[in-house]
Amino acid sequence: MKTKDLVIIGGGSAGMAAAVAAYDKGIRDILILERNEFLGGILNQCIHNGFGLTLFKEELTGPEFASRLIEQIKERKIEYKLHTYVTNISHDKVVTYSNAKEGVVELQAKAIVMAAGCYERNAGAIGIPGDRPAGILTAGQAQLFLNEYGYLVGKRVFILGSGDIGLIMARRLTLEGAKVLGVAEICAWSNGLNRNMVQCLYDYNIPLYLSHTVSKIVGKSRLEKVIISKVDERMQPIPGTEMEFDCDTLVLSIGLVPNNDLLNNAGAAKGRSRGALVNENFETTIDGIFSCGNVLHVHDLVDNVAMEATVAGRSAADYILGNLKRGDKKIAVQAGDGIGYVVPGEIDLSSASEALEFKFRVRKPSKNVYIVYKFNGEVVKKVFKPVIIPSEMEIQKMPKSLLKNDQGTIEVSLVQKEE
Amino acid sequence: MEDIIIIGAGAVGCFIARSLSRYELSTLVIEKENDVGDVTSMANSAIAHSGYDPVPGSNKAKFNVLGNRMMKEVCQDLDVAYEECGTLTVAIYDSQLPMLDELLERAKENGVPAKILTAEEVKAMEPNINPEVKGALLCPTGGIVNPFELTAHAMENACDNGVKLHLGEEVTDIKAENDHFLVKTTKGNYEAKIVINAAGLHSDDIAKMIEPISWTIHPRKGEYYVLNHYAKGLVNHVLFPLPSEKGKGILVTMTTSGNYLVGPSSEFVDDKEDLSTDTLTLANVKEQAKMLVPNIPFPEQIRCYAGLRSTPSTHDFIIEPSKAYESFINVAGIESPGLVSSPAIGEYVAKDLVGKLLPLKEKSDYQKTIRPYCHPQKMSVAERNALIAKDPRYGEIICDCEKVSIGEIEDVLSRSVPAKTVKAVKKRTRAGFGKCQGGFCQPKVINLLAKHYGISPIEVLYDKDDSQIVKEEVKKEA
Repeated sequence: MKTKDLVIIGGGSAGMAAAVAAYDKGIRDILILERNEFLGGILNQCIHNGFGLTLFKEELTGPEFASRLIEQIKERKIEYKLHTYVTNISHDKVVTYSNAKEGVVELQAKAIVMAAGCYERNAGAIGIPGDRPAGILTAGQAQLFLNEYGYLVGKRVFILGSGDIGLIMARRLTLEGAKVLGVAEICAWSNGLNRNMVQCLYDYNIPLYLSHTVSKIVGKSRLEKVIISKVDERMQPIPGTEMEFDCDTLVLSIGLVPNNDLLNNAGAAKGRSRGALVNENFETTIDGIFSCGNVLHVHDLVDNVAMEATVAGRSAADYILGNLKRGDKKIAVQAGDGIGYVVPGEIDLSSASEALEFKFRVRKPSKNVYIVYKFNGEVVKKVFKPVIIPSEMEIQKMPKSLLKNDQGTIEVSLVQKEE
Repeated sequence: MEDIIIIGAGAVGCFIARSLSRYELSTLVIEKENDVGDVTSMANSAIAHSGYDPVPGSNKAKFNVLGNRMMKEVCQDLDVAYEECGTLTVAIYDSQLPMLDELLERAKENGVPAKILTAEEVKAMEPNINPEVKGALLCPTGGIVNPFELTAHAMENACDNGVKLHLGEEVTDIKAENDHFLVKTTKGNYEAKIVINAAGLHSDDIAKMIEPISWTIHPRKGEYYVLNHYAKGLVNHVLFPLPSEKGKGILVTMTTSGNYLVGPSSEFVDDKEDLSTDTLTLANVKEQAKMLVPNIPFPEQIRCYAGLRSTPSTHDFIIEPSKAYESFINVAGIESPGLVSSPAIGEYVAKDLVGKLLPLKEKSDYQKTIRPYCHPQKMSVAERNALIAKDPRYGEIICDCEKVSIGEIEDVLSRSVPAKTVKAVKKRTRAGFGKCQGGFCQPKVINLLAKHYGISPIEVLYDKDDSQIVKEEVKKEA
């Protein structure tokens, strides 16, 4: 069987950043496997700007951001294969891939970085009531058709969900001549970044219907109309609140899900984010298999993806070089009240760096709250937040020295400040 | 002049065509949809019923049992996924136990192997079953079948043997002439000595074109959940509750692709095109299914769908010549267990009904099997590499969830019953059937269809006419 020191699954921002980081730590025998016809992943269809402000200190479009990373890959002559699809990862790190040139190849890796991104929740998963005609697409699909293939998916569009891709597509479709009739969001708050609300909806007078959902789809062959309804506190449509919109297209921006089947099948433990459970080095519960980027948990900003992948790539290099030793003691990290998930899901103090980093999302928008870290029942850290919202991932640091024991549980929770 | 025109290319029409294709006859199949098996044969429970359940002596009992016995060979010949996993009809209350005895008697009368299991035996076979289970009827010859392959491959075999198929063409009128029928469609006029009405939900509308009829077809909707194929071993048999007047009840079953189906509801509707789902009905399906399997992983839901059963007012399959014309044959009201019955119905219609009217001379070059499909996922690495070395398109996978290669997709575009729509590709290859529902592969499938048929992506249909997925090309800079 062929061998590789490091195999990276996915050639998007996470995969490329991880590869560069591992290379810069001295690893040379690296292979990136990418299923598409180019590196860069989803960035290639994100032709709007707003990328790179943290990492490159300038505002770039998605393809520009990707090309920065691609240059770094090429400078280092890191090997990659396109049109190559990974069909399996085994617990002992055999990667099976397939492409037209080589056929099916099994490769023994010393370490693996999983960086396969996420997929979009779709109409099937939420079972929107009514007919199932053509003209119902995810926002990413509409974006791909428009920005990469040059086709408009419809002329009269309604959008369900206020996720960022949906907001960006509201503007993009408007600019290409489609009429965007409105955006319905089942939550009582928007799920997109504030800048996207302003620049993509308000600037174009596109109405946003909060606490509303599509309660019925009508259309035999192509979509003819959607009915939207206000929802109650259990998110069920309220009879009598129906509004009809004649439209040929429904674009769904209802969330992203880590595309983590390969690691699930390999037997890696799952985390609350629907990605793998990782420790502070982004190592999964399988030794030498790392996970980062949107396949681990869905990010808002590609800069954060690349920075996270850099840590994962360095950790993978350390692992290959024998410098990353997992201790036998660990601290579990749990999402408490008001918190959706926390990454990492566990901490190994023996291998952790001095500053621990926690990434999480709150379940709903809140004002005047504390983020409280309890270690084995005792509060070790409290952070005041005047405002905190689910659409922005929270990143907080904590010195390792606050944890006086190498075993136990950290619980991160949201506590309302008393008036 | 055709010898035979078959109206409708559902499972029944496809198998009648296949049975007739053995003989020196000219046969034309006319189907209003853009693919075969696109209505009732597509949206059902995908089960090869054993035949324990229909009233003894009925057409349903006769053709179900015969069809079930043919299933294994048919699926081998036609390269169709089929698994004889057995069915369990489950009693949850003590009061239901006598019904198991009645069903056992019925199974015996119908000639179907069956046996009553104790609660302990059922639990050993089905670890996830409701622990309240009191017993079950095991029918080992019941199974699951891929309904998309069954219909498409039967028609492919028929077409390989010379049957002509017109898709996307709707019959608008039929006139009885002296010794033949004139069949008018949305695209032309045809003459045939024999007309076989296998028009499913619309078979009463078609039958009425030549004479008044005493029966009707009333669409009966069934709504389902489809779950992803990760929860392996959720159930190992097809699980039925005890049947009621409303049919076989909400079942829980795996499919030949390893997914699970939960459903169907049962509700009469007036509109023969109404395939909508609704929240209350599906919530009720969920509740009832929990009686069989309490912990169904509904978060693994990847789709809901509805199908329409062609329920006849006669309560039994109608398989007979019309009153006035021996050469106008109605094959109507083929609701459940229609899928498993269709091979037997095909043989009966060809040999017994058509055979009475026209001489059946077997073709010298008749082939009962189809050119086998490649199943890369079932191959060893070595076999797969041999295939890819010969045809590199089998190496490039484009469907993320179901791992379908370009080779498999281009294969179904070049068959004698070609996939013409995105949905036809989906039904034949499973590209788009997985958790992302085509999010990743659909654009690529559209491009492959456009390239193959030499059309623009804006002309590629999802399934019906006017179901384009992309609307217009964005203006290019000059």
